[in-house]
Amino acid sequence: MSSHTAEISPTLTRPTPPTVRANGLSDVVSDSLLIAWRSLKKIPRSPDWLIAATVQPIMFTLLFRYIFAGAIQSSLPVGVSAVNYLIAGIVAQSVVFNTMATGIGLTEDLQKGLMDRFRALPMTRSSVIVGRVLADVVLNAFVTMIGILAGLAAGFRPNGGAAEWSMTIALLVLTSLAFSWMMAFTGLSLKTVEAVNSVGFLWVFPLTFVSSAFVPTSTLPGWLRVFAENQPFTLLVNAVRGWLTGYPEVGNQGWLAAIWMVGVMVVFIPLSVWQYQRRTTR
Amino acid sequence: MARSQAIVAEGLTKSFGKTRALAGVDLSVAEGTVLGLLGPNGAGKTTTVRILTTLLKPDAGRALVAGIDVAKHPDRVRARIGLTGQYAAVDENLTGRENLILFGRLYRLAKRDAVRRAEELLTQFDLADAASRVVKTYSGGMRRRLDLAASLVVSPPVLFLDEPTTGLDPRGRLGMWETIEGLAGSGTTVLLTTQYLEEADRLADRIVVIDHGAIIAEGTAEELKARVGGERLDVVVAQHDDVPTARRILEALGGAEAQVDVAERRVTAPLPGGAKRLAAAVREFDSSGVELVDFVLRRPTLDDVFLSLTGHAADVTGNGNGGGNDAPPNGKVKAEADLALAGTKER
Ligand SMILES: Nc1ncnc2c1ncn2[C@@H]1O[C@H](COP(=O)(O)OP(=O)(O)OP(=O)(O)O)[C@@H](O)[C@H]1O
Ligand SMILES: [Mg+2]
Repeated sequence: MSSHTAEISPTLTRPTPPTVRANGLSDVVSDSLLIAWRSLKKIPRSPDWLIAATVQPIMFTLLFRYIFAGAIQSSLPVGVSAVNYLIAGIVAQSVVFNTMATGIGLTEDLQKGLMDRFRALPMTRSSVIVGRVLADVVLNAFVTMIGILAGLAAGFRPNGGAAEWSMTIALLVLTSLAFSWMMAFTGLSLKTVEAVNSVGFLWVFPLTFVSSAFVPTSTLPGWLRVFAENQPFTLLVNAVRGWLTGYPEVGNQGWLAAIWMVGVMVVFIPLSVWQYQRRTTR
Repeated sequence: MARSQAIVAEGLTKSFGKTRALAGVDLSVAEGTVLGLLGPNGAGKTTTVRILTTLLKPDAGRALVAGIDVAKHPDRVRARIGLTGQYAAVDENLTGRENLILFGRLYRLAKRDAVRRAEELLTQFDLADAASRVVKTYSGGMRRRLDLAASLVVSPPVLFLDEPTTGLDPRGRLGMWETIEGLAGSGTTVLLTTQYLEEADRLADRIVVIDHGAIIAEGTAEELKARVGGERLDVVVAQHDDVPTARRILEALGGAEAQVDVAERRVTAPLPGGAKRLAAAVREFDSSGVELVDFVLRRPTLDDVFLSLTGHAADVTGNGNGGGNDAPPNGKVKAEADLALAGTKER
């Protein structure tokens, strides 16, 4: 179509676009922080979320502590507190479970068309996910802290020093990051929140339950035991448990767990960014 | 010439699996003008907008927006466009003000400028009172206004509006029209899609009618109206039984097929010669003894254009891609008319 419409003469109020410049690393940071800010902003405004985020870790901690502690005490070495043993496991499990929020949040943004708006902005591409992951790490820390407090109230008696707590926190933050990226990929690959929920559980359930989190792996049948003793989540639980309560011996399990988490990120960061591009340009 | 065109698209095609959403679309929109992209559900309006706004890659074809190749420099295009998608895309958990500040910051405005711009827009879009409320609590119209405001944060020279008034009440629609007219008046190039013919008629300098991914007509509203013939005679009869007679009379007078709305007992047909032939029409009806309720000579509307252009298409495929709410496919109208004829014959 070749238009013969008389051109409207430009008026003085003709808008001018902002000057365009290439996006740099500092833009990724500032855009990500903006996105993280908007994800966190909703928290104080959603009483639902706050209640769920508080009640759930308390409930989990207490349930597991009072139901399982008695049962597993006999399979633990003499002198090892079952409550200490369990609560360290619950903390690690809670960190992994909480990362499902990343997948759900991204799917919601996709569904609501917000991703289209972000995509049509001259902002950096990856910050939509980076920002969300950052926000979820903060929220995860909050929820996990409540779980630990509930544990302390229910008889959790960690004896780790400042160094052990620092290593634990560092490893848990790394875990939160890694699994958030995995969930980001899951969320960006699926169409509905329900699907993200189910698939998220498919990742997380076997990983956290077929591990040393709730029962000593020595109580598991043969093939399950092989898996449980060699998977990354067991390494994580053992490291956290060892640092905080002195049992078991941590050895190099902390390092190995950290390497695993870095590996997960190496795989899932590019996958997520790729999936985001694909999903939003179809 | 190329420089004065804010939007140019050549041979855009796009398929989703077996669905051919676009089958070669050419567009050009002169700077500072408004183009109305008019089409029924599934015509390919949103697909076209998504390609032009860098959200979707075409299978083939090329597009320039503000003189920049959409595929080659999407980031440069993004800094020059505003997009209001078909569904309001704002963050429901933020307040109206926070949304606008967020988008301003993402457009790389300094914080102070983003805040100032947000206030301006909130006032301009009549959202100042609701500025501190979470968007979740907004009505559909308020969301829509906020959505439009969000795409105007940096006063982009080219604005894409995908069905900007769908879901608005008449007052909201009128307000939106005035806003769009204001933007166009200040030199913004606007591409808007719509299913509403009066909307395109009122806002657009040029109209492109699209159906099944292809352009089936284009021109000014006047040009399109001229294509369906001159003035039309609109007749409403008192008795249902008289509908076929009225139809016969009108078709004989105008020499073209009449459109029949049985429920309304309305028959419409072009009347070449307009006012000059009016007397003849009156005489014909007088001698036939048909009792008339309404008898109006009118200029063709875009509804007439739309029906005559897309009616058959909706009829052939029958895949639910029929006209919009205000434009029933011709096939349906004809079928009803035939039924009515059969009915009267039996009696
Ligand atoms: N992501 C997609 N996957 C599959 N099919 C799609 C997709 N997007 C659009 N289509 C199909 O492409 C065709 C054109 O769709 P499009 O959304 O462009 O129509 P539209 O004119 O905007 O319609 P509406 O008035 O309903 O918004 C339709 O048949 C639609 O079903
Ligand atoms: Mg559409």
